[in-house]
Amino acid sequence: MGSVSTSATRLRDDLAAGRISSVEATRACLDRIHQVDGRVQAFLRVDAEGAMAAAADVDRRRSQGLPVGLLAGVPIALKDILCTRGQPTTCGSKMLERFVPPYDATVVRKLREADAVILGKVNLDEFAMGGSTENSAYFPTRNPWDLERVPGGSSGGSAACVAAEMAPWSIGTDTGGSIRQPAALCGITGLKPTYGRVSRFGLVAFASSLDQAGPMTHSAEDAALLLEAIAGHDPLDATSADVPAPRYTAELDKPLDGLRLGLVRDHYGAGLSSEVEAAVREAVRIFESLGARTVDISLPHSKYGIATYYVIAPCEASSNLARYDGVHFGYRTDEPSMLAELEAERRAALASSGDSARAEAAVAAIDSPLVRLYRRTRAEGFGPEVKRRVMLGTYALSAGYYDAYYLKALKVRRLIRNDYDAAFENVDLIIGPTTPAAAYRLGEKANDPLAMYLEDLYTVTANLAGVPGISIPCGSTAAGLPIGLQLQAPAFQESRLLRAAHRFQRVTDWHLRRPDLS
Amino acid sequence: MSDKVSNPTSTPTHTPASNAGSDAAGNSASNSASTAPYELVIGLEVHVQLATQSKLFCRCSTRFGAEPNTQTCPVCIGLPGALPVMNREAYQLALRTALALHCEIPAFTKWDRKNYYYPDLPKGYQISQFDLPMSRNGWLEIRDPKGEFAPKRVRITRAHLEEDAGKSMHDEVAGRADSRIDLNRTGTPLLEIVSEPDLRSPREAKAYLTELRLLLVYLGVSDCNMQEGSLRVDANVNLHIATPEGTIATPIVEVKNVNSFRAVERALAFEAERQYEAWLETGQRKGDVPKQTRGWDDQRQITYGQRHKEESSDYRYFPDPDLAPVTITVEQVERIRAGLGELPAATRTRLESDYQLPAYDADVIVNQESAFVAYYLAVADGCGDGKQAANWLTQEVLRLMNERNWTIGQFPVPASGLVELLAAVKSGKAPATRAKELFGAMVDGSLALDAAMERLGIAAVSSSEIESLCRQLLADNPRIVADVKSGKAQAAASLIGQAKKRNPNVNPNDVRATCLKLIEQM
Repeated sequence: MGSVSTSATRLRDDLAAGRISSVEATRACLDRIHQVDGRVQAFLRVDAEGAMAAAADVDRRRSQGLPVGLLAGVPIALKDILCTRGQPTTCGSKMLERFVPPYDATVVRKLREADAVILGKVNLDEFAMGGSTENSAYFPTRNPWDLERVPGGSSGGSAACVAAEMAPWSIGTDTGGSIRQPAALCGITGLKPTYGRVSRFGLVAFASSLDQAGPMTHSAEDAALLLEAIAGHDPLDATSADVPAPRYTAELDKPLDGLRLGLVRDHYGAGLSSEVEAAVREAVRIFESLGARTVDISLPHSKYGIATYYVIAPCEASSNLARYDGVHFGYRTDEPSMLAELEAERRAALASSGDSARAEAAVAAIDSPLVRLYRRTRAEGFGPEVKRRVMLGTYALSAGYYDAYYLKALKVRRLIRNDYDAAFENVDLIIGPTTPAAAYRLGEKANDPLAMYLEDLYTVTANLAGVPGISIPCGSTAAGLPIGLQLQAPAFQESRLLRAAHRFQRVTDWHLRRPDLS
Repeated sequence: MSDKVSNPTSTPTHTPASNAGSDAAGNSASNSASTAPYELVIGLEVHVQLATQSKLFCRCSTRFGAEPNTQTCPVCIGLPGALPVMNREAYQLALRTALALHCEIPAFTKWDRKNYYYPDLPKGYQISQFDLPMSRNGWLEIRDPKGEFAPKRVRITRAHLEEDAGKSMHDEVAGRADSRIDLNRTGTPLLEIVSEPDLRSPREAKAYLTELRLLLVYLGVSDCNMQEGSLRVDANVNLHIATPEGTIATPIVEVKNVNSFRAVERALAFEAERQYEAWLETGQRKGDVPKQTRGWDDQRQITYGQRHKEESSDYRYFPDPDLAPVTITVEQVERIRAGLGELPAATRTRLESDYQLPAYDADVIVNQESAFVAYYLAVADGCGDGKQAANWLTQEVLRLMNERNWTIGQFPVPASGLVELLAAVKSGKAPATRAKELFGAMVDGSLALDAAMERLGIAAVSSSEIESLCRQLLADNPRIVADVKSGKAQAAASLIGQAKKRNPNVNPNDVRATCLKLIEQM
């Protein structure tokens, strides 16, 4: 088990050196899943057979001296919002319970080409909407550090499976913090790349202008390796950037002399827990001791980040999720019962009134079968958070509200980007907390969506600005819960982020700590 | 069955722009001699399928007539995670069209989502262009060679690109709605061309459509096949009625599903009368009732009311975040403009000025495909007589093409063959009286001139042959010789008939001249 749990990079090297086979490593992961996932519930589906076959294939090719890929034989878990050819892809929704895509997401294709071994698909908030993984239509995932607490979300399964050592690493997606926040809450490293750095093809869209897939790992070193495998231009995604992706692993140890770190004044206000604040200040001090210089900066419009995000993301979502209507694929309401319902309504309308004109009007007011199909399918197939956001977005895009909400939000988004541009003229990286507090209890915020949205305070602005951000473990609360440190960089400067995080992890051991699940 | 879902038809239309009731162009010609107490105001929205190999946002084929749902992929059927990528060829074709319509081409255009639910729209939105279309503010000139209306420039509000929806085939039985959906057409590139309400009669509307189709075919941007739905027309129409209190506009009606230009003409004529009668009856003006949609019933030759959109549809347009805006430079635009070639209006002018053709002939020739014009030009230049060439083309060639359902490309006699025939007639090698017969033989047998002459037994007759023939004729007809000698030169005419009987290939003029010369010598 040893090398599987410590570092994917070391596992890859051990595999290459023949110190362990992929079959052994994969078997170790499957055993661990068997052992602990009943409690953590990170996996929606484990593809033991497929994983073992892929592992055996890599081992065979390696033993025959045939070429193998960059991640040859290293197991990985995928957030169940990335399409996997021939394998269910549910997005944590009842709507796509039986949906089997006929294609791989580009990220998945690249992983397969790199000979990664896909263990299975992990849990998420339905359509990536949420910050606790409690919005999954199937079951909530638990935080391996405290099973009564949430792992964060929406990539809660991706974070928990790595923290609980069921997979050496995983892929998550981040629309408003969904990689970084669960990484912080589960004590792992999570990188949201620059918008356009990683292809969105086959990533089921939540908010297309914000979504980005990225690595969730134990260390920055692992994140560099995984990003190297999945980054790059994709002709199938018109928003993918035609910017060459560097070899992140080769740049990890480049010097960071004179690094200027921006401390965002606006981050240290009401709502930030004192334990998180203390851990972040200590992390800053460590960077200073490594030669970094800190500069106070301001992102004056970041206080509008949450409001802006919760207009733009739901607007896009309301349109992106329109296709789940029961007509072409996915869940469809039970038609016989729907038709019986309509017939019953028709009879009731006719019986309720002696006046034939009124009866006729009452009958005419009943939905057509098509409209009822849409209504019932969507009412039954979506959970409450998805419905809430679809309604928010539909409202904000409506005639008469568009200018006040959507258009205004686009303007504020521009101002937030400008804030980042201005800040990065004076600093190399922005440093601060990933979340205001450590993991909260399951159900604690389930009935208070607004409180849940405020969890995204420090993360959404990177999505709005399109810049990369990384969360790395930087401390622990008195109760033993992990605390995350967020670093943000200018667009396409993932390498700088990874170098700084790697430097930090060489002098700290927070990223080496593991929850006790014995 | 009440269906409250917006967008009642499979033709995706919007639009913010076309409004038949707004004030018309200043050039509203008083073309119609009709005594109708109103002015008919028409704006047209034309959807044209662009002749690309593949769809607008994926690589599926756009071929018509394939088995249902065989030309689809995850992108065009909107599977989760699939993403659109713009087909640059469609944009190029749209640009060619917009430039030929004298439109302005903005340096920046973007894609918007038009959101509505319908089973033939699998994503739940159509990718279209809303507030920043790829072109705007153009015009198309229409003329009537018969002079039934004065030439006018019809203003083009905008032309924009969008993806087509699929096709629904409804089989609705009471209480049940069984529909079949074919998504082969989903994602096919459409150019929506919206005119200002500048048209004033059904005839003008038809002329606009005819000219537009001609232009599209010349440009090679669409096959404009209406049966296959490559060109679809919606008309916005209302009346401006002069009353003692001033001009009153009647409610605007959108007529949809009109499947031929002839049907457009008839539907508009029907609407004019229907709306006038409705106004007399109800007095309703524009703004009193929501815009009504009517369909055209080609069987009964009437328009019929379609279900009202109960509230005006809210399509919740917003920029499509999956697609980058499209930018184009002035240089790129000018390169495309330079490559447009001669367009129909310019060709007409050239035929009139350089070939001295009457407007009518020029119109008939140009209204054929551009290969026909090329054929005409080759014949006219070859024979040096533009009018003669036009007569041959508009009479013989077109007649044969129509009879045998040929395109000019399939016509068996090349332009050079016709030029040779006309030259032979001019030189006397072939008899003018038998020229059409000869042409017919060339066409029927795909023959060159000489072979056709041989087939018909038409041979050139040498002067010695004519002389010996004439000597014989004179010997056989001493009386005619005497008449001519006595001054009745016209008596020689009867000799010509006899000469043709003995040798049908002789030229009558040659026979006459030879006979007169021989008599003089006697």
